[in-house]
Amino acid sequence: MESLDAAAVAQVRAGDREAFRPLVERHSAMIFGLAFRMTGNEADAEEIVQETFLKAYRALGSFDGRSSFSTWVYRIASNCALDLLDRRKTQPQPAIPDPEDEEGPEERLPSEQPNAERLLYSAEMQARIKEAMESLTPVERTAFVLRHFDGRSVEEIAATLKVRTGAAKQSIFRAVQKMREALAPAMRSAR
Amino acid sequence: MKHLTQDDLVLHYYGETGRSAAHHLAECSQCRAEFQELSRVLAAIRAPEAPPRSTEYGAQVWHNLRPHLPEKAAASSWWLMPRRWAAMATVAALIVAAFLAGRYAERVRPQNPTVAAKTASPEGVLLVALGDHLDRSEMLLVEIAHAESPKDLDVTVERRHADDLLAANRLYRQTAMRVGDTATVAVLDDLERVLLQLAHAPDDPAALEQLQRQIEAKGLLFKVRVVQLNVKDEVKDRLPGVNPSQSRPTI
Repeated sequence: MESLDAAAVAQVRAGDREAFRPLVERHSAMIFGLAFRMTGNEADAEEIVQETFLKAYRALGSFDGRSSFSTWVYRIASNCALDLLDRRKTQPQPAIPDPEDEEGPEERLPSEQPNAERLLYSAEMQARIKEAMESLTPVERTAFVLRHFDGRSVEEIAATLKVRTGAAKQSIFRAVQKMREALAPAMRSAR
Repeated sequence: MKHLTQDDLVLHYYGETGRSAAHHLAECSQCRAEFQELSRVLAAIRAPEAPPRSTEYGAQVWHNLRPHLPEKAAASSWWLMPRRWAAMATVAALIVAAFLAGRYAERVRPQNPTVAAKTASPEGVLLVALGDHLDRSEMLLVEIAHAESPKDLDVTVERRHADDLLAANRLYRQTAMRVGDTATVAVLDDLERVLLQLAHAPDDPAALEQLQRQIEAKGLLFKVRVVQLNVKDEVKDRLPGVNPSQSRPTI
């Protein structure tokens, strides 16, 4: 696939706009998945996919071919998602229910059916994870998604965020700390 | 005993620490308990499941995107202008001709390495990609040329491999044709015929022999290696930090 990508990139650079199509077709789903993990929102993820390919097309001149097109476009998508999270942060957001006002999973867990309990617990955990993710700063969230969900190395994350390795590590540490603080109590009581 | 910090534990969870952390955890029950607690929480954090996309999703994205794309990507600037390509093609053609005539052409290198470093720009991308394509093609041709019978080959894998190379080869040939690089077009054209045959080759000795004859008659392996060598040298000049391939072709 990499050789096909490289050939398509060369063609686009030689002036063939249509050659960009296979690149879009091959990588859209991957970018959508990343964007969804970053934003947790389908419409935002769609927006990021479009923006990513538009930027990639316009920036094809800066693509030096030392990484694969896939890696390069993944980085662009990460930054598009980061930008969107930044923008969203400065815009008023719908109120997120305060977990303290709701019954915690521990209160909801007792049930007659163990499977239902597990499902409920899992759904509750997912909701808490989503809330915890939303409490992260855009940079922390990006670093966490890239490291925890996508298994990217600290060096790759630093390169994506255009920061030093130490700063990328700190973003991961802060994100993990916040996630632990948000989730550990619920997990302890669910034991 | 110096305990591991929370940061050390996080790095260890993500496999970003060396053996010393693992060694400490094996010996220290306090840190081990901390690590287990951390692992339990992190292991529970799973990626949200993205809503499924149809197989047509990529095409839909393209459909929405296309009207917003400028006619030419910003990248299609000076380094791929026909005149530069034509110059490169001329150099390539001259080197090929020199080799075919049994003479050695002394390659002209940039006089100032700093200039070469400065030109290590995206223009090298095409060369790197083409070099990689030629490497893969060469490997396949060698396998075919040296096989004594179809039993020596995994024909299904070779067909698939040929099919993949075929698609890329078409794109390179079209690009080379567009910029008037007739020497490269000729080699890629010959290569394409062989790849096409291989992609649809039946699993019998006669078909293999026919392919081998064709490779030999056209001197295809030799031609591919000459272009490959030239491309690699160009890559070395233009992208000093890039290793054009693991192996250097031998002519």
